[in-house]
Amino acid sequence: MARIVGIDLGTTNSLIAYMDGKTPRVIPGRTGRAMVPSVVAMTDNGLIVGDPAKEHLVRDSARTIYSIKRFMGKGLSDVQGELAYFPYKLHEQGGVIRVQIGEKSYSPPQISAMILKELKQRAEAYLGEAITKAVITVPAYFNDSQRQATKDAGMIAGLEVLRIINEPTAASLAYGLQQRTQGTIAVYDLGGGTFDLSILKLKDGIFEVLSTNGDTHLGGDDFDREIADYLLKEIQAQYGIDLHTYPDSMQSVRLEAEQAKVRLSDELKTVVSLDLPEGKGRFRRELTRDHLESMTMPLVERSLGPCRIALKDAGLTPADVDEVVLVGGATRMPLVRHRVQALFGKPPHCDLNPDEVVALGAAVQADILAGGTTDMLLLDVTPLSLGIETMGGVMSALIRRNTTIPTSSKEMFTTYVDGQTSVDIHILQGERELVQDNRSLARFQLRVPPLPAGVPRIEVTFLIDANGILQVSAKDVRTGESQSLAVKPSYGLTDEEVERMIGESFKFAAQDFKSRQLIEARTEATAILNATEKALNQGGHLITAEELAAVRSALKALETAKDTEDHKLIRTRIQDVEKATHHFAEVLMDSSLKQALENKKLSELA
Amino acid sequence: MDRVQKTSGTRVELQMARSMCWHCQSEVAGEYFCDRCVKVQPLSKELDYFTCLGLPRRLKIDPADLEKTFYELSRTFHPDFFQTKTDSEQAISLGNSALLNIAYRTLKDPIQRVEYLLRLEAGSAKDIRNSPPADLFEEILALQDDLDEFRTASSTESSPEILEPLRNKLAADRDTLEQRQRDMERRLFEIFEAWDTLQDQCEASNADSRKKRETLLKDMREILSNRTYVRNIVDDLVATIG
Repeated sequence: MARIVGIDLGTTNSLIAYMDGKTPRVIPGRTGRAMVPSVVAMTDNGLIVGDPAKEHLVRDSARTIYSIKRFMGKGLSDVQGELAYFPYKLHEQGGVIRVQIGEKSYSPPQISAMILKELKQRAEAYLGEAITKAVITVPAYFNDSQRQATKDAGMIAGLEVLRIINEPTAASLAYGLQQRTQGTIAVYDLGGGTFDLSILKLKDGIFEVLSTNGDTHLGGDDFDREIADYLLKEIQAQYGIDLHTYPDSMQSVRLEAEQAKVRLSDELKTVVSLDLPEGKGRFRRELTRDHLESMTMPLVERSLGPCRIALKDAGLTPADVDEVVLVGGATRMPLVRHRVQALFGKPPHCDLNPDEVVALGAAVQADILAGGTTDMLLLDVTPLSLGIETMGGVMSALIRRNTTIPTSSKEMFTTYVDGQTSVDIHILQGERELVQDNRSLARFQLRVPPLPAGVPRIEVTFLIDANGILQVSAKDVRTGESQSLAVKPSYGLTDEEVERMIGESFKFAAQDFKSRQLIEARTEATAILNATEKALNQGGHLITAEELAAVRSALKALETAKDTEDHKLIRTRIQDVEKATHHFAEVLMDSSLKQALENKKLSELA
Repeated sequence: MDRVQKTSGTRVELQMARSMCWHCQSEVAGEYFCDRCVKVQPLSKELDYFTCLGLPRRLKIDPADLEKTFYELSRTFHPDFFQTKTDSEQAISLGNSALLNIAYRTLKDPIQRVEYLLRLEAGSAKDIRNSPPADLFEEILALQDDLDEFRTASSTESSPEILEPLRNKLAADRDTLEQRQRDMERRLFEIFEAWDTLQDQCEASNADSRKKRETLLKDMREILSNRTYVRNIVDDLVATIG
């Protein structure tokens, strides 16, 4: 079986890992750094991803996309509250958010696919083989739409996504592999944009998730935002400048806030300093860890609620938990560590690099799927209850949250009216009583043969697979015939859209390649034109007028070709110039040799 | 939404329904894999949860044994181990795993277990009870009064001095009812013992054991209904006083 890689597609950083024998390893880039910032910049010279794209944040914020994971599987109304924080323009189409960049708009899976492609290329260069299969991690508390969007992103990037695996459970695999732990563990995973808490029982190589809970809108980003909001207020008060109207400066503030937060994990105080726009000078402010902690305490507290619910769902008390494992960059903050330790009554483990452990675990899961490891097995759960809409706008739960997956539920449907030919079914996810308070996942229409009311019997099977993704099938019990269902996702791309985006992605790839070739050809043409002009100035007198005219005309032709979009034509003209100047180059060489010799003689004489 | 009750009430056949390998058509007898072509076999949809987990239809189950069997079968069927196999085998592994997970979840919890057994043995788990059980009648009436009083008081923005004693009274009621619920569960688990003994003793049914069997089923159903009634009231209470 071809190699399967493990990918941690994070809110702020992404990583790719593989199994080196029995050891999972993250794959570094050319600079040696394993983390790829999840940032995509659409520049005049094409698409840039990762560290170089991050530099564009403060220069070209409207065309530089970060934290796209926050928008995966979401509609615009879901993110109204935070639109002001993002410099790029968002709108909605078919229930899916789109990012507007110039003339074009992109769905979050398309943007994520650009990051995935970067990781894929990195792995291909490092391992020297084509990578086509992957395991991708998602927050455990991601709903069906968000999981599906992640799978779509993989497909658009040209990856077969063999498994969507939950981040905290991936981390537990990496830990379990290393520590050979047995017992009950709690994984506290505070990433860039999402928070998960999973409780697992580890026994004889089985990793059984007992419960999971979380908040898909709580992460390091929110801590940065608290600091940034404080800095913006201070700048407003001191200089009377509202930086909200300077998108590039807003990004500087955000990045400076992030760095200050990171520094304050090691130091008790730090200085934040920022260049203000329009030459208004430089803003400097000392920030203490105490101050940071008082600003962000509510965020840390918010993470403890899901911890308590997860414990209750698992039927455990904090004392029953043998080990607590910290995952995600944000768990480096001392305040987080203190509060987690206070809740569980024991110091948390952070032996493995919290930035890398999820990708490492994904590589372990990839190895299990490839048949490389059979002694470990992960039994995960579905994080949210799944149900359907019933009379009066009430949700009837079919599969309860924290049910081990895969799992399924069968429901029998019939008609109330004679001759009724269809039944509408609305699928929901969530824990609330009323339909409107839960997440709409999808709708579909059941076809029913026209019969007296109550006679048709259609059995619908709702199956949640090992990815935590729903599959629906229907069967007419009377005839035994199964029917194919056109399930319309409420907040997701349709199959046709994904297909189209996969096609576009190849087209873009071809386009990107073409534009790169054009840029290279033009650069080379410019270099040759300059060099030849310089040589003609020096030694034009050494060749015949005829030859000179031929060189001039070749140069002119190249000059014209350079302005076209045709890199092949430019290449041809470059060759023409090289041919036309072949003799001239020799003459020039001779003359400079002679000159050199003459100089030598002179020097010898002297 | 047009939904009908799940068809229950028919006694489920214990044997695995299939007898032929879906792949090579050779005979397979109650095994998970075909002897000849080593392909995974689908668990029959009619398989009851006890049989699925290799257990006799008894109510007392050792959780450690149950977990051990569940882990073993998970290693046998989980889709992770079928990724490199054909689509048909992957689909079978998915279906088998789903059934196994549901079976384990049901049998692991003693209340769900007995409800499931009642469905298998007697068609339905419990009667839906609309009035309080006789021995709880007085207590429940008093509680309803306390609840009404609290709701009226809290809707008219009464001071904490008035609300707190009412809340405490309700909390005490909740504790009493929770104790009642635990008592019921203890009585239920006692019947587990009797049921299993009866099952062990008389595979051959005589009039006496049939009667005893009916009595036990009726008792379990009764307790379950009462328990559900009390449980709903406790949930309501918790939702009201927080």
